[in-house]
Amino acid sequence: MQEKSLSEINQRIRDGSVRVVTADQMPDLVDELGPAGAVREVDVVTTGTFGAMCSSGVFLNLGHSDPPIKILKAYLNKVEAYGGVAAVDLFLGATQPSIDRGIEYGGAHVIEDLVSGKQVEVEAEGAGTDCYPQLELETNLRLDDFNQATMVNPRNAYQKYNAATNSSDRTMHTYMGTLLPRYGNVHYSGAGVLSPISNDPSFDYIGVGTRIFLGGAQGYVIGSGTQHNPQSGFSTLMVTGDLKQMSSRYLRAATFHKYGPSLYIGIGIPIPILSERMAKNTAIRDRDILTNIVDYGIQRRDRPTVKVVSYEDLKSGSVEITGKSVNTSSLSSYYMAEEVANKLKEAILCGEFLLTQSAEPLQQVGSARPMKQTHEFPNVEDVMSRDVVTVREDIFIDEAAKAIVGGSFDHLPVISGEGRLKGIITTWDISKAVANGKISKVSEIMTRKVHSAQPDEPIELAARKLDTYSISALPVVDKNNRVIGMITSNDLSRLFTGRR
Amino acid sequence: MKLMLRVAPGIVREPLIASVILETSALINIERASIDAVSGEIVLEVLPEKCREVKDAFERRGVEVVLLKMPVIRDEDECVHCGACVSVCPTGTFRFENWLVVADSGKCIQCGACVTGCPQRALRLVLK
Repeated sequence: MQEKSLSEINQRIRDGSVRVVTADQMPDLVDELGPAGAVREVDVVTTGTFGAMCSSGVFLNLGHSDPPIKILKAYLNKVEAYGGVAAVDLFLGATQPSIDRGIEYGGAHVIEDLVSGKQVEVEAEGAGTDCYPQLELETNLRLDDFNQATMVNPRNAYQKYNAATNSSDRTMHTYMGTLLPRYGNVHYSGAGVLSPISNDPSFDYIGVGTRIFLGGAQGYVIGSGTQHNPQSGFSTLMVTGDLKQMSSRYLRAATFHKYGPSLYIGIGIPIPILSERMAKNTAIRDRDILTNIVDYGIQRRDRPTVKVVSYEDLKSGSVEITGKSVNTSSLSSYYMAEEVANKLKEAILCGEFLLTQSAEPLQQVGSARPMKQTHEFPNVEDVMSRDVVTVREDIFIDEAAKAIVGGSFDHLPVISGEGRLKGIITTWDISKAVANGKISKVSEIMTRKVHSAQPDEPIELAARKLDTYSISALPVVDKNNRVIGMITSNDLSRLFTGRR
Repeated sequence: MKLMLRVAPGIVREPLIASVILETSALINIERASIDAVSGEIVLEVLPEKCREVKDAFERRGVEVVLLKMPVIRDEDECVHCGACVSVCPTGTFRFENWLVVADSGKCIQCGACVTGCPQRALRLVLK
C-alpha cells in the first residue's frame, strides 16, 4: 500500500518542508517510531558511498579538426583512449595505464586532471580517408574544450563486496590493497549502512532514469550494471553524468600497487519513504549486511570463502580467523560516504535536487556467470615430467650428485621416509658444498622453503610462480604432499614453441 | 623516541648495538634492521631521557644517526580517509577516529607498507 506519492515529496522539496535524514540515522528512527511512524515523519533517506570503482570512464567528443581526422588511436597524457567510436568520439577508461608512467598515471588520473581544470595533451593517429584526410594530430585541451565529456560507468555502487584476506606465505598486492601473508589482515569495501542499493535492495525506487549524486554533480542511473546479481545480494548500477559539472573532491584517481589505476567515486542516491516496506528497508544496519571474507591467496576465480561476517564485524577493526584476531580496514572511505549522503541531503533541503519516477525498475534477476572458455590452457599434469628423481634427506651429497648426473634435472626434490616433500637441492647447492670442502648430508644444504605446484593447477599459475620467485623448477605434489612430478621453465618454453 | 642509524660499509660487521647498550645501559628496542654485506639501516626505539646519550655513542662509532620525529608524512589534500594504511601497518600507526584516519607518527618504523598500500599515493617516508 502506497502511503505517500513522489509528487507529494517533490512538492515538499520545492516548498522547503521536506524532511530528510541520512541512512545511518534511519535504523534508530524506525526502532523509535515504527515503520508507520517513520513514513509519517521522514520523506527522504539519503545514502552514499565512496570507493574504488574500476569500471568507469568518460566519452569525450573532441570536435572536428581542419583538415578533419578519423581517429584510430588516441592518447590523452599518454593514456590510450578507445578510438573505435566514430571520427572524434573517444572512450577513456579509468583503469587504462599510461605508456610512459605505467600504472602510476592512468585513465582515472586523466579524468581527475580534467575535472581539476588541468590541460591534457592529446595525440591522435588518423585512418586517412577521402572524407577524413588528416593522419596525425596533436593538441592541448581542457575540459571546457571538449564538446561533451560524459561519464558512463558500466559497473558502479556495488550493493556490498567480498572482503579479502590472504592465506599464502607472501604479501599480495591486489585491487583489494596490500594483503599480508598468513591471514595478516582483512580489507573490505563498501559503506554498509549507507550503501545505496542495500537501502533499496528490491528496487522499490531505484530504476532506469533515477537521478543520483555522481561525482559531485547530478547524474542518472542508466540501468543495471554489468555483473548485476541481485539474487546473491551483489547488485550493481550503470550510471552516467556530465563530467563538466563534477568536482575533484568526489572523483579521485588512485593506483593500487602492482595492480593498476582506479577511480574513487562518490555516489549518493535518495530513497523516498513512500511505504512501510521502504521504511523497513532503509532501517538496515551494518550487522544485517553480511558478506564473505575470501582468500586471495588462492589465485583462482573461485576463491574459497574463509568466513561470513557482517559490516559491523568488519568496521569493528578486527575479526577472528582460525582462532586468531586479524585486523580489518577499509579501502572505501566511510568518511567520504557520510559526506556524500550529507551533501545530497543538503541539496534536497535547498530544493536543488528533485526525485524522479523511474522509467522501469532494475532487473530483479541478473547474471554474473563465469566466462565460457573454449580454448583451455593445459594444467600442470598435462605438461609436467613424471619420471622425476627424488632423494631422501638423510643421504650424503655425493650420492645426490650421482642422482643429478644420472637424471635429466638440475633440481632434486628431497623427500622424507614417507615420500613427502621436505626440500629441494640444485646442482649449484651441491657445487657450493663441494667448493667449501664440506661433505654433508642433503638435509644440511637443501632449501627447506620449497615452492611447489599442484597437478590440477593451470600452467599459467605455475609459470607465474617460477617468475615471482625467480626459480626454474617446481616439484609437483599431490594432496598428501608426495612428489609426483616436476615442472620446469624448459617444459613451459617447449609448450610455447610447440616442440613437445 | 626513534633513531634511524645508517651504518657505513667499513663498520657494518662490528657489534655496534651491543657495545652501545653496554656503554649506556639504555633499553634499546630494535624496530627494524636491514643489513647486508656492505651497509645497514636500523631503526631503534629509545627512552627520551637516554636519547642524547645513545645518539652520541653511535656517532662516536662512526654511525650516522637521525632522530625520526615525523617518520611518515601525509599529504592531507590527497588522503580520502579510506583506511588502506590501517591494517597493513605492523605497529598500529594509523587508526580511525570518527572515520577519519589519524596517524600516531611516533609509532612508525619506516617499513613502507603504508606507502605502497596507499591508493591515493598520499604517504611518504621522511629521509627515504
